[in-house]
Amino acid sequence: MIAIVLLVVVALLAFWIIASYNRLVSMRNQVLNGWRQIDVQLKRRHDLIPNLVNSVRGAMDFERDTLTAVMDARAKALTATGPADAAQKEGQLTQALGRLIAVAESYPTLKSNENVRALMEELTGTENKVGFARQFYNDIATKYNTAQQVFPTNLFAAALGFKAAELFEVTDTAEREVPTVDLSRR
Amino acid sequence: MTAFVLFLLFIGAGFDTVYIGQAGGSVPVGSLLALGVGSASAFASYYGGDRAVLLATHAASLDELAPAASDADKLKLQQLRNVVDEMAIAAGIPPPRVYVVPDPDPNAFATGRGPGRSSIAVTRGLLDALDREELQGVVAHEMSHIRNLDVRLMTIVAALVGAAALLSEWARRGMMSGGGASSSSRRSGRDRDGGRGGAAALIFVVIWSIAILVAPLVVQALAMMVSRKREYLADASGAELTRNPLGLARALEKIESAVAPTASIDRGSAHLCITDPLGRRVNLREGFWSDLFASHPPMPARIAALKEMAFQGRTA
Repeated sequence: MIAIVLLVVVALLAFWIIASYNRLVSMRNQVLNGWRQIDVQLKRRHDLIPNLVNSVRGAMDFERDTLTAVMDARAKALTATGPADAAQKEGQLTQALGRLIAVAESYPTLKSNENVRALMEELTGTENKVGFARQFYNDIATKYNTAQQVFPTNLFAAALGFKAAELFEVTDTAEREVPTVDLSRR
Repeated sequence: MTAFVLFLLFIGAGFDTVYIGQAGGSVPVGSLLALGVGSASAFASYYGGDRAVLLATHAASLDELAPAASDADKLKLQQLRNVVDEMAIAAGIPPPRVYVVPDPDPNAFATGRGPGRSSIAVTRGLLDALDREELQGVVAHEMSHIRNLDVRLMTIVAALVGAAALLSEWARRGMMSGGGASSSSRRSGRDRDGGRGGAAALIFVVIWSIAILVAPLVVQALAMMVSRKREYLADASGAELTRNPLGLARALEKIESAVAPTASIDRGSAHLCITDPLGRRVNLREGFWSDLFASHPPMPARIAALKEMAFQGRTA
C-alpha cells in the first residue's frame, strides 16, 4: 500500500518536472525569437535611413549637422559588436533620429511636403517598431526569468541549464536622464 | 462562462428527463442534439465568418486600396499599416490582414480564428477622426481581441446560446402540444422513487419550466456578460501593448461623441467592435438593464478605467 502511494507521488513529481521543463524550453525559445525580432527591426532602420536622409537633404539643407549626425550614428551602429555595444550605439542613433523628427516638425514648409511627411511616418513607424520589439522582448524575458526563479522551480531550473535572460536596457546615460525643461524667460 | 455552462446543463438535464426520459434511457439525446446543431452553426461561422463579415461590410483590403489612393490618403493608409505592424510586434503575433470599411462612423473590429489567421478592419470615419496615437490605441484593443482568442471564445458562446434557444423552443412546443409526455414522465418518476423523490422531481420540473421560459433572455444576458468582460480585458491589454492608456481613452471619447450607428456592421459582429455598432442607448448608460443586455461596458466607465491606469502609471 505504502509502496503504491510512494510510486504515485514519484510519478506525479516526475510529470510535474517534465511539464515545467517543457514550459521553460518553450519560453526560452520565445525569448530568443523576441531578441531576433529586435535585430530585424534594427536592420530595417539601418536600411531606411540613407533613403530618408537623401530625400530630405534638399528640403533640409540648412540642417546639415542634424543629417550628418544621423548618418554618423548609423555608420557606428552598423559596426557594433555584441548586445551591450549595440544597445549603446543604437541608443545614439535613436537620439539622432529623434532630433531629426523634432527639427522636421518645427518647419511648416517641411511638414506640408507630402514626401517628407511620408518619410517621417515611415521613420516614426520604424522607431516605434524598434521600441515595441524591445518592450516585447523585455516582457517575455521577465516572464521567463520569473518562471525560473519562483519556488519550487528554482530548485532545479539552474541544474537543467536554464539561465536568466538579460533584459534590454538603456545603457546610454544621456538617454536615461530626464530632459530638463527650462520655462523661465530670459 | 461557468455560470453559462451550468445553466445550459440544467436546462438540458430537465429537457431530457421530462421529454426523453423513458425513451432515451440514460443518454441525454435532446441536449446533445441541441448542442450539436448549435455547434454546427457556430463552427460554420467560425470558419467562414471572417470572410462573411468582411464581405457584408464591403471592407476593402489595404493592399488593394493603397496603390489607387491619393497622396494624402496614401499617408493615412501607410500610417494604419505601420500602426498595425507595430502592435503585432508588441503583441508578439504575426501581423493580421488590414481592411478599411467605407463607413463614415468611427468604429473598428477584429475577426478571424486567432493569431496568424485574423483580420483587423477600421472604418474610414475612424481613420479620418483619430490621430496616430489614438489609432494605435484602437488597433491595440483589436490586437488584444485576436491575441486573447476572443473570436474563438465568442464563437463557443454563440454555440451555447444557439443550443439553449433550441432546447427552449423545443420544450415550449412540447408543452403546448403534448402535456401528456411530461405528466407521464412525472408519474414514472414517482413510481420509481416513491413519494419524496416524486415531490422533488415535481419541484424540479416546476423550476425547470420557468427556466425554460426565460432561457433565451438568460443566455443572452450571460453572453453579453462574457462579451463585456472581454471588452474591459481588451482595453487593459491594449494599454499594456501601447503603454499609453490615454491614447485609447482619447480615441474612445472621440468615438463616443459620434453616436450614430455604424450602418455597415450588423448585430452578429457587434461583440468584436471597439464600440457597439448599433449605437444602442443601453451601452451608454449604467444600471441594471444595461448591465444585463449591453454587449459593451458603458463608455464613461471604460474611459475612466483607462485614465486610472494612466494615473497609476505616472505615480509608479
